[in-house]
Amino acid sequence: MIKDEVKNALKETIKEWETKSPKRIYLTIDKKHLLQTAKLFFSDLSMRLSTITGIDNEQNFELIYHFSCDKSGEIFNIRVFLEKNNPEIDSLTKLFRASDWVEREINEMLGVRFIGHPNLTHLLLDNDWPKDSYPLRKDYTNE
Amino acid sequence: MSKRKIVPIGPYHPLQEEPEFFKLIVEGERVVDLEVDIGYNHRGIEKLAEAKHWDQITFLVERICGICSTSHPFAYCLAVEDLLKIDIPERAHYIRMIIDELQRLHSHLLWLGLAGHFIGYNTIWMWAWKAREPILDMFELISGNRQNYAMMKIGGVRRDMKKEDYQVLRKTIKELYPTLQLFQKAIEDDPVIQTRTKGVGILKKEDALSIAVVGPTARASGVNIDVRRDDPYAFYDKLHWSVITCREGDIYAKVIVRILEMFESCSLIEQCLDKIPDGAIEAEVRDIPPGEGIGRVEAPRGECIHYIRSDGTNRPIRHKIRAPSFVNVASNLVTVPGYTISDAAITLAAVDPCYCCTERSAVFLKTGEKILTGDDLIKLSIQKTENLKKDYGL
Repeated sequence: MIKDEVKNALKETIKEWETKSPKRIYLTIDKKHLLQTAKLFFSDLSMRLSTITGIDNEQNFELIYHFSCDKSGEIFNIRVFLEKNNPEIDSLTKLFRASDWVEREINEMLGVRFIGHPNLTHLLLDNDWPKDSYPLRKDYTNE
Repeated sequence: MSKRKIVPIGPYHPLQEEPEFFKLIVEGERVVDLEVDIGYNHRGIEKLAEAKHWDQITFLVERICGICSTSHPFAYCLAVEDLLKIDIPERAHYIRMIIDELQRLHSHLLWLGLAGHFIGYNTIWMWAWKAREPILDMFELISGNRQNYAMMKIGGVRRDMKKEDYQVLRKTIKELYPTLQLFQKAIEDDPVIQTRTKGVGILKKEDALSIAVVGPTARASGVNIDVRRDDPYAFYDKLHWSVITCREGDIYAKVIVRILEMFESCSLIEQCLDKIPDGAIEAEVRDIPPGEGIGRVEAPRGECIHYIRSDGTNRPIRHKIRAPSFVNVASNLVTVPGYTISDAAITLAAVDPCYCCTERSAVFLKTGEKILTGDDLIKLSIQKTENLKKDYGL
C-alpha cells in the first residue's frame, strides 16, 4: 500500500493526516520538510505533480501540492502553511520541471516567493502589472 | 556559426487561431531555443469563480474551452460531489460518459484535420472535419447545442436522453468506424506523412515524467496514464476498453495514439448505449457544507483537475483549475529546439494545445529585412511536404 509507504517514510514529519474520501489523502507538513517530501513522492514513489493550489486564508497562506499516484489512482495533497508577512518556500524546480510554471503563477497571483526558482517572472500577468498587487489575494481590489 | 535570430510565433497562433506567444530562437533553419509566453488573454476565471454561485460556476467553467467544453464542468461537478460525498443516479453516469466520449471523438478529429492542414494535407483536413460533423449533430440531438452542451450539473445531468435517440447515435458511431479505418490506413501508408512526422519533435520519457505531461502527449512517450482507468469516475471501470500507448514520443506516435483512441471511444459509447438503465438523472443537492474536494477527468488532451474549497456559503472561497494544456504546452520547450523552423509548426501543434485553457501563441519571422507572417510559416511547412512528395515521385 502506497499510503503505508508514505506514512513509514515520513513518520513524524506528518503533522496531520486526513483521508477525506478513499482516493483523496491530505497531509499537513512543515514547510522545511517540503523538499524531502516532494523528493520521496516523485523519485521514490513515482508520483506526478498535478498542480499546486495557493490559497489566501487572510491570517496566512496555504499551498496544497497535489501529487497524483497513477498506479493507485490516489491524490496525495501536501498542505503547507506560510506566514502572512513573509510568504516564501523552497522551489521544487530542482526536482522536476512540472513545478516551473505553476510556481510562477502562484508567485504573481498571491505573492509567494519560491526560493531557488531559476526564473520567477510573470507568467500570465503583463510585465507592466503594478508591483505588490496580487489578484488572488482576498484584499485585492481592481481600483 | 550563423547568427542567432528570433522568430516570434504569436501572440496569436496561425494554425489554431488562438492566443499564445512562442519565441523561436534560430540559427539558420534550425531552432536552438524556445521561449513560451502565455497570458495574452488571461481571463481570471479562478477569481471570477469566487464571486459566483455554485450552480453558476458550471456554466462559467464550461466557457474555459470551446473544444473540451464538457471536461471542465465534469471535473468541477466531480469535485463538488467529492466534497458532498453523494452518489448520483446510474443513468446520469452513463449520459455523462456518452457526452465525454463524443467530445473526445470530435476533439481528436478536429486536431487530426488541423494537423493535416499544417503539413500540407488539406484533403485530410476536409475529410476529418467532414467526419466530425455528424458528431456535432449528435450533440445537437442530445443537448440542443453543438458546442457548450450544458449537460453537467452538480448531482447529475441537466437533460435526459430520449430513447429514440439511441438508435440515431448508434448508427452515427457505426458509420464512423470505416472513416477512422480510412484515416489510419492513409496515415500508415503515406511515406511523406511518415517522413514529416517520424523522429520529429520527440518527447523523451524522462522529460515527459519531469514536465508531468498528461493525456495523448504522455501516452505517446510511453507514460501509461489515463485518469479513466487509474482513478475511474462514472463507470469507466465497468466497461471494456484499453489505454493506447506508444514508445517513440514523436509526432507520428501522437497521431497514432489519437486515432486508435477514437476507436476506443466509439466502443465505449456503444457499451454505454447497451447498458444505460432507466431512472432518475439527478440527485438532490441542497447546501454545500464547508470542506474541500478534488475532481479530475481525462479530457481529450489529458487530465483536467479542479480543486474547490467551501466555507459553507453559496460561493467557493477557492477554485483552482489545472487544464491539461498548461503542462502539455510546457513540453514544447524540449520538443521544438533541435529541429527546423518548418517542423516547428507541426511540433507546436502536436500536443493539441488548447490555448483558451493555457492561454497565448502567434508568428512573425524577422530575418534581417524580411518579415514572415503566420501564413508564411504554414507555407514553409507545406513547401517541405511538397518537396518531399517530389522526392518520392508522388
